Amino acid sequence: MDQNVENQGRLEKLEGIGCSRKRREDPRFIQGKGNYVDDIKLPGMLFAVMVRSPYAHAKINSIDTSKAKAYPGVHAVLTAEDLKPLKLHWMPTLAGDVQAVLADGHVSFQNQEVAFVVADDRYIAADAAELVEVDYEELPVIVDPFKALAPDAPVIRPDLDGKDVGAHGARKHHNHIFNWQIGDKDKTDRAFSDAEVTVAQDMHYPRVHHCPLETCGSVASYDAIRGDLTVWITSQAPHVVRTVVGMLSSIPESKIRIISPDIGGGFGNKVGVYPGYVCAIVASIVLGRPVKWIESRSENLTTTAFARDYWMSGELAADKNGRIKALRVNVTADHGAFDACADPTKWPAGMFHVCTGSYDIPNAHVSVDGVYTNKFPGGVAYRCSFRVTEAVYLVERMIDVLAQKLGIDKAEIRKRNFIKHEQFPYLTPLGLEFDSGNYLPALDKVLDAVDYKALRAEQAQKRADPNCPTLMGIGITTFTEIVGAGPSKSCDILGIGMFDSCEIRVHPDGSAIARMGTISQGQGHQTTYAQIIASESGIAASQIAVEEGDTSTAPYGLGTYGSRSTPVAGAAVARASRKIREKARKIAAHLLEVSPDDLEFDLDQFKVKGNPAKTKSMKEIAWAAYNNVPEGMEMGLEAVDYYDPPNFTFPFGAYLCVLDVTKKTGETKVRRFYALDDCGTRINPMIIEGQIHGGLTEGFAVAMGQELPYDEQGNVLGGTLMDYFLPTSMETPHWETDFTVTPSPHHPIGAKGVAESPHVGSIPCFSSAMVDAFAHLGTTHFNMPYNSYRVWQHAQSLGI
Amino acid sequence: MIPRPFEYHAPTALPEVIALLGQYGDEAKLLAGGHSLLPMMKLRFAGPGHLIDLRKVAELKGIALVGGEIHIGAMTTENELIFSTLLAKHLPLLAEVARQIADPQVRYKGTLGGDISHGDPGNDHPAVMMAMDATFVLAGAHGERLVKASEFFHGLYDTALTPGEVMTQIRLPLPPAGTGSSYAKLKRKTGDYATAAAAAVVQVKNSVCVQARIALTNVGPTALLAGDAAASLVGKTIDEAAIGHAAALAMKICDPTPDLRGDEAYKTAMAGQMVERALRTAAARCAI
Amino acid sequence: MSKKTIVNFKLNGASTDVMVEPRELLIHTLRDKLSITGPHIGCETSHCGACTVDIDGASVKSCTVLTVQCEGSELLTIEGFAKGGVLHPLQEGFTQEHGLQCGFCTPGMITRAYRLLQENPSPTEEDIRFWMAGNLCRCTGYQNIVKAIQYAAAKMRGETVTTSHPLMAELSA
Repeated sequence: MDQNVENQGRLEKLEGIGCSRKRREDPRFIQGKGNYVDDIKLPGMLFAVMVRSPYAHAKINSIDTSKAKAYPGVHAVLTAEDLKPLKLHWMPTLAGDVQAVLADGHVSFQNQEVAFVVADDRYIAADAAELVEVDYEELPVIVDPFKALAPDAPVIRPDLDGKDVGAHGARKHHNHIFNWQIGDKDKTDRAFSDAEVTVAQDMHYPRVHHCPLETCGSVASYDAIRGDLTVWITSQAPHVVRTVVGMLSSIPESKIRIISPDIGGGFGNKVGVYPGYVCAIVASIVLGRPVKWIESRSENLTTTAFARDYWMSGELAADKNGRIKALRVNVTADHGAFDACADPTKWPAGMFHVCTGSYDIPNAHVSVDGVYTNKFPGGVAYRCSFRVTEAVYLVERMIDVLAQKLGIDKAEIRKRNFIKHEQFPYLTPLGLEFDSGNYLPALDKVLDAVDYKALRAEQAQKRADPNCPTLMGIGITTFTEIVGAGPSKSCDILGIGMFDSCEIRVHPDGSAIARMGTISQGQGHQTTYAQIIASESGIAASQIAVEEGDTSTAPYGLGTYGSRSTPVAGAAVARASRKIREKARKIAAHLLEVSPDDLEFDLDQFKVKGNPAKTKSMKEIAWAAYNNVPEGMEMGLEAVDYYDPPNFTFPFGAYLCVLDVTKKTGETKVRRFYALDDCGTRINPMIIEGQIHGGLTEGFAVAMGQELPYDEQGNVLGGTLMDYFLPTSMETPHWETDFTVTPSPHHPIGAKGVAESPHVGSIPCFSSAMVDAFAHLGTTHFNMPYNSYRVWQHAQSLGI
Repeated sequence: MIPRPFEYHAPTALPEVIALLGQYGDEAKLLAGGHSLLPMMKLRFAGPGHLIDLRKVAELKGIALVGGEIHIGAMTTENELIFSTLLAKHLPLLAEVARQIADPQVRYKGTLGGDISHGDPGNDHPAVMMAMDATFVLAGAHGERLVKASEFFHGLYDTALTPGEVMTQIRLPLPPAGTGSSYAKLKRKTGDYATAAAAAVVQVKNSVCVQARIALTNVGPTALLAGDAAASLVGKTIDEAAIGHAAALAMKICDPTPDLRGDEAYKTAMAGQMVERALRTAAARCAI
Repeated sequence: MSKKTIVNFKLNGASTDVMVEPRELLIHTLRDKLSITGPHIGCETSHCGACTVDIDGASVKSCTVLTVQCEGSELLTIEGFAKGGVLHPLQEGFTQEHGLQCGFCTPGMITRAYRLLQENPSPTEEDIRFWMAGNLCRCTGYQNIVKAIQYAAAKMRGETVTTSHPLMAELSA
């Protein structure tokens, strides 16, 4: 047989890195055999619902649960008074604050958790919840973070009375959480004083929500005799949940088992620990029966971890040619009633300091103030690393504003400011080391693909025609993300370094099981991790079972969010596979009676250098590992790796959007969206494309319609799917994708992570295009979301 | 999201329905497609003691050509309107509006009679019924009576239906030759109510408009018949100037409720835009 | 609580009796009483389509149907698609075209697509996008769902089908 053909056959059988391997997850999902939290059914299981406050700010004078408790089929009605003896009425947040599990005499946002009703089934629980009587005394409400800092503003958090220092330093006001600064302020200020040109722009990133199709929920089951607690939970970070539950309950972690089964989408919404989870655990311990709590869609949308609500003021200093000299940013961050962000401990604004973007900016300074308001807590990432969407939005918007001021084309100004390929690794003025990048070819490829010049010519023609019913906008972004949190020297959660892990066991028949500390929510880990193992160890992917999400079997890991699975756990997978391969090499050498150095690894076997007929397959080696190993070697073929990354990874991309706005209605049609992504080594092109489609669609949703506004009384508006914009197949544009490959130099296989880039990169691209549609009329920015109402209002303000 | 308890009735003939309505009075609600009522019950905004399901009542189904009229049973679903070859031939506007209502699944359940009877200004059929000069058959203990669409809608969730009555049939006259019609709806997304929408039916003879009816959705407490706007077209060629003038007149009768879809100014302006769109399309269809 | 009644229907071909209160929603009966957990609860307000089942030849959101309304009906859920270990062309299409990620919307999506293809065996992309608009997906952006349905439609018409994601495409390039 032809050697190439044979190799091709072996490669196909291996299904390693670079293959569009079909997903191993699919058979269960397409046959209705997924196993999500609400599918869990245990003998004797009870069902719980939360009673919530209708008011955004109120004192609770009393709670009468007697009628609810008397309702047939009700087993318990918990309030803060019931949790107090267990010291569980408050819980720590991941951001160093505390959050009420059940309201402790005071509510500070609408729909805050007040009581927890446990009954035989969800029908009885719903009936009984109506019978809980709460006497509220309304208090003045603050929904605006700037008003919250007025000297006489109502106190949103009476529990913090007298605490002038929070987890992140001094609090300058009773509704202030922290001030965080980074960069050289003096140098930056000087650069602005000396600059030929400066621009400034305020922008608001609205309060939005991830809205995964599956809401949050849990099933808690406490076995009083064994003293074991098992919790099935919608969590992107099951091990972190185990540690938090251990801290809260004083049950040793060895007695706690957290299982994240199939997760119906997370996008950052399922990282934190929420009051319902804690209440279900307490109820199970108290009642000695399993308790299920599943939130409704509206509960999810109006109480469970919002994203963004960032008020950003950006400034750029530049010379007349558009070369940027400095970036200055001030942010007021509305965190809601509790600081429940899920950032690395040291960084209360997450990785916002990636805000210098893909550009060689010598000076920068950032200052962020966190503020309490009477809104639900959050500020978590939404399909991005911590605050990276905000950061990228800021710099991409600012460079457009500068381009407009100087009359330089948006593509051209980016080219003038790119960090050049030869400058990598590049240390940013805000202290991050970008490991790799190659921005110019990426942008050029996109401009060629769409015939950028022709688009601009068409736009000029349309602008010149007063009868043209539409406005044409062209948006460009050339973004750099920061993902893969992260190096333990800078990143930890609750003091635990943000490493991740992999354990591989090769069985005597040559098949293997691998377990990781991450958990897929649709990313296809079962498929792609096996591909890495296949390429690195020579075991066919089809022979590898991948398991995640069960803390009793998986090694400790920090979970899946911030595109960290591939950069961190994926590295652990590669390194554990290499450990397997190196042990296999020694066994093969023993079997072939040669030195390990005389062997070379060849896809799925070892062969003797210069004598390719002498080989040992991984299958043969696996068998030998259990009966015939070199003297002094332990039997078995297993490996564990805990990977603490030396740096983050920095995926990048160049996106271009063309849209048409109907002048008289504000309706917008995305005519074209071209997304080029560089995520380094590509493990599964099919899955990458799917992730990019999904991220672009979520970016489209955020830019064009998503927001959770509040009225002055603190009522959250738009908390159902009637109002909250989740695009259907009708609204969603067609996506075009492309790629370049710039491997990460420090990642074992050069991979960088991809799923969040399209969200992070597309949102400023939509803004760029929308503003561009009005740019000839003097518009430099207007705030999202660009629903037709808002766009029409903007057009009206310009007299169109 | 769990309804309060109730008793369920599934009568198989109209007299039984009317008897049940008589028996339970205010306690009873009629269940047609259920996609307006059940969500309200799940939110516990509505809590009827008795639910009377109309799905087994055969005389409420069917689409037929009777003399110069199309008769449609009140329990005919949106998708049945869309798939009907009879309607495609004689009243294509009904499929056009149905395609813009809710989403495919909801259209398998949602019914023409339910959409009309609910009295919700956000529903799409009421304006179309007004524009098509429909007549509704209402049955009760008294027997049957006929009410014109233009006289049916009294206010928000308030219609000509009296306690104990049920809408059984919708009757639509066949449009004369040279008639064109259209329904233009602006919505935020699939499944949404109209920010504003307009139905237009125009008849053109020798390039001149001889008859016109225009009605508006969701810009007032009920669907609104834009009489002045329609009248302004009669005797004229339906050109851009006439369309613009009619739209301006239609905007004058708008009294929308502000919400996340827009404020009064936007909704009113969009009603005008939808009138223009509907008229342009309707006029173009006259020529065919 | 009101009086319970026995409701009989055919579920994936099997005659089924279930005892329910009149207010019980079909999705709860299926999931909690009949172990049919393929259809999911995503919104409870009939917007998301995750709970879609086929009732008497119609795609229906089972969160907005009372179980008592299904007396005498024929119900098809995702559990009834694969026959004798052979996947339905739609199930195959969703895998081959990567039409799913987290999988939560998938049972409803496939069940809805089934009825669409019964009504229109050769839908265009525009048709598919229009007639699938009652099912939300937060993961895929729909592009591959459209392809998956086209794949299934072609297969059901007896045409030869191939994935648009060949295993070795990028490695061979």
